Amino acid sequence: MSTGQLPRWVDYGLIPFVNLAAAFLVSGLVVVLIGENPLEAVRILIWGSLGYGEGIGFTLFYATNFIFTGLAVAVAFHAGLFNIGGEGQAYIGGLGVTFACLALDHIVPWYVTLPFAIIGSALMGAAWAFIPAWLQATRGSHVVITTIMFNFIASSLMVYLLNSALKKPGSMQPETRTFEAGGRLPFLNEVFPSFGFGYAPVNLSLFVALAACVLIWLLIWRTKLGFEIRSFGANATAAVYAGISPVRTIVITMLISGGLAGMMAINEIMGSQHRLLIDFVAGYGFVGIAVALMGRAHPVGIVLAAILFGMLYQGGAELSFEMPNITRDMIIVIQGLVILFAGALEHMFRPAITRLFTPSRAHAAEEA
Amino acid sequence: MFETLILILDSTVRLSTPLLLACLAGLYSERSGVVDIGLEGKMLGAAFGAGAVAYITANAWLGLLAGIGVSVALGLLHGFASISNRGNQIVSGVAINFLAAGLTALLGQTWFRQGGRTPALPEGGRFRDIVWPYAEQLRDVPVIGPLYSELLSGHNILVYAGFIAVPLTWWVLFRTRFGLRLRAVGENPAAVDTAGISVAWLRYRAVIACGILCGFAGAYLSIAQGAGFGVNMTAGKGFIALAALIFAKWRPASAMFACLLFGFLDAVAIRMQGQEVPGIGEIPVQFFQALPYILTVILLAGFIGKAVPPKAAGIPYLKERS
Repeated sequence: MSTGQLPRWVDYGLIPFVNLAAAFLVSGLVVVLIGENPLEAVRILIWGSLGYGEGIGFTLFYATNFIFTGLAVAVAFHAGLFNIGGEGQAYIGGLGVTFACLALDHIVPWYVTLPFAIIGSALMGAAWAFIPAWLQATRGSHVVITTIMFNFIASSLMVYLLNSALKKPGSMQPETRTFEAGGRLPFLNEVFPSFGFGYAPVNLSLFVALAACVLIWLLIWRTKLGFEIRSFGANATAAVYAGISPVRTIVITMLISGGLAGMMAINEIMGSQHRLLIDFVAGYGFVGIAVALMGRAHPVGIVLAAILFGMLYQGGAELSFEMPNITRDMIIVIQGLVILFAGALEHMFRPAITRLFTPSRAHAAEEA
Repeated sequence: MFETLILILDSTVRLSTPLLLACLAGLYSERSGVVDIGLEGKMLGAAFGAGAVAYITANAWLGLLAGIGVSVALGLLHGFASISNRGNQIVSGVAINFLAAGLTALLGQTWFRQGGRTPALPEGGRFRDIVWPYAEQLRDVPVIGPLYSELLSGHNILVYAGFIAVPLTWWVLFRTRFGLRLRAVGENPAAVDTAGISVAWLRYRAVIACGILCGFAGAYLSIAQGAGFGVNMTAGKGFIALAALIFAKWRPASAMFACLLFGFLDAVAIRMQGQEVPGIGEIPVQFFQALPYILTVILLAGFIGKAVPPKAAGIPYLKERS
C-alpha cells in the first residue's frame, strides 16, 4: 500500500481535503458543545472575513504573516527538519526591522528603508536559527528541542531589551518610539483606495510575501540547492552518499527558514504597529506549522492556507462579537485540529481510501 | 542568611514539584520511544479538569481524578496518532498543546464566564498543606527547626507524591519486567516484537503512565499550589520539564535534581527581583527565566556530557512492510 498506487489527484487533492474536512467537522462539534449553531458561526465567519472591504483587508493582513511563517516551516520540512522556532525567529526578526527603521526613518522615504528592513529582519531571524541549525548539523542535538528553547530565550531577551536599551526614554511602556513616515509601509488602502480596505492594516509587505513565495518555489524546485535540500529531506543517507554535505544543507536550510520567519516582522512592525513592542508575534509563528502542513509545503498551498487562516483570525474576531461564547480561543482549537488531522493523523484515512480505489484499479488491470 | 536560604529552598520545592511530575511523565513516554512535546498541553488540560471538577464537587480528590482523566485522554490521542497511525510525534504533540490551550480557555469561558478562569475553589476543593507532627514545637530549635518545620513539613500531599514518584519510577523502570520491556521498546522495538511482546500495547501503557503523572502535575497547579485554573497557567512549565528531562539524560534521579535546579533558579529569580548583587549590580529577572533553556542548549551542544536519547525515540514502529 505505497503512495504510488493512488492517482495523483487522490494523493494531493482528496486525502488532504478529507483530513481538513475532518478537522472542521470536529471544530463544528466543539461549537455545538458550547451551545452555538455551527452553520450560523460559519456564516458570520465568512461574512466577517470576506463580506466587506475592510474585512478582506484584515484577512489579507493576517495572511501576510502566515505566508512568511508558513514558508519558513515549509522550507525546513523539505530538508526533513522541523523548525518549531518560527515564533522566536520572528520575534528577533523584529529587532532587524526596528534597527533599520529607527536608523533611517528621519532621513529617507520608506522605499529606501524597506530593503534594509527586509535584510535586517531576514538576517536577525536567520541568526536566531543559526545556533540550533549548527548544533543539529554538527552535534546532532535535535533541532525541535533547541528551537523550542530558543523561543523562550528570545522571549526573555526581548522583554529585557524592551525594558532597557530599546525603551523610549521617559516612557513606562516596554516599547520603542513610534517610527516616522520613513519607517512606515504604505497601507494598501492608500495605494488602492478603490478596494475600500478602510482601516485594515494590510500593507505593501503582502507583495514582499508573494515575492518570497515565488522565490522559494524557484529555490526549491529549480535550483541545485533546492534539489539538495529535497534529496536530503527524502533520504538523508542517500543524499550524503551522493556527495551532498549534511552540515551545509542543514545550516543553509535553517538560515533560509529563520530568515523567512524573521521577515514576518516587516508586516507587523513596519507595516502595522510602527514600533517594536512586547509579544507582537502573538503565536503567528506557530500558525505557520498549521499553514505549512495544510499547504503541503508548497508555496501555492501555503498562500491558500494562509488566506484560510487569515479568514479564521479576522472572521473569528467578528464571531466573538456576534457570539460571545465563541471567544478567539476557538481559532487556537481549530489550529490544533488542523495540525492534528492534516499532520499527525494524515495517514488515518489513507487505508480506507486506498481500499476504495484499489478494487476498481485491480479490475481494470485484469481486463487489460 | 540561613533563614533566607531555607525560604528559597522551601519555594524551590514548591516550584519544582510540577516540573518533576511532568518530567517523570515524559520519562515514561520517551523511554518507550514516544517523544512527547505535549507535556505542556496535558498539564494545562489536567489543570483545567482538576480546577473545574474541584470547584463543582468541592472535593480535591475528585478534582485530581478529573485532571488525570483529561490528561490520559490527551495522552491516548497522542498514542492514537503516533502509535496506531504512525504519525509524526512532534506534530501530534504540537497539536495537543494547541488543543489544550484553546479548549481550556474556550470551555472555561462557556462554563464559568470568568474570562476562562475557573472560580475560586470552595473549602475542601484544594489540597491543604500538611503540617508534620511537632513542626510547631521544633520551629525554634536552631538549624534543625527551620529545616524540619519549613522545608520538610508544610507542603501539600502532591509535593510529597512528586518526590515519592522518583524512587518509584526508578523501581518500575529498572527493577520490574514491565520497566525492562518499556526501556527495550524505546531502544529496539523490533527485538521486543520478536520476543512476542506487543510494541503498541507497551507504548500505549507508557503514554497512559505519562498521562497520569501529567495529571498530577496539572492538578498541582490549579488545586494545590493555586486556588483555581487560570488561562494558560502552565506558562511553559511543560517545556521546562522537557528541558529537565533532556538535562537529566532520561534518568529518574537526575530528573529530580534537574527539576530542583530549575525550580531553584525560578525561586532565586523571584527573590532577586529588584535587588542589587554586590559587584555586579541588578541581574535582570529575564536572565534567570532564560537560564534553564540556555543550560539545556549548552547541554545539548555536548559541553556538559552528552545527552543521548532512547534510540528509537520519535520513530514509529512498523511491524511489517506490505
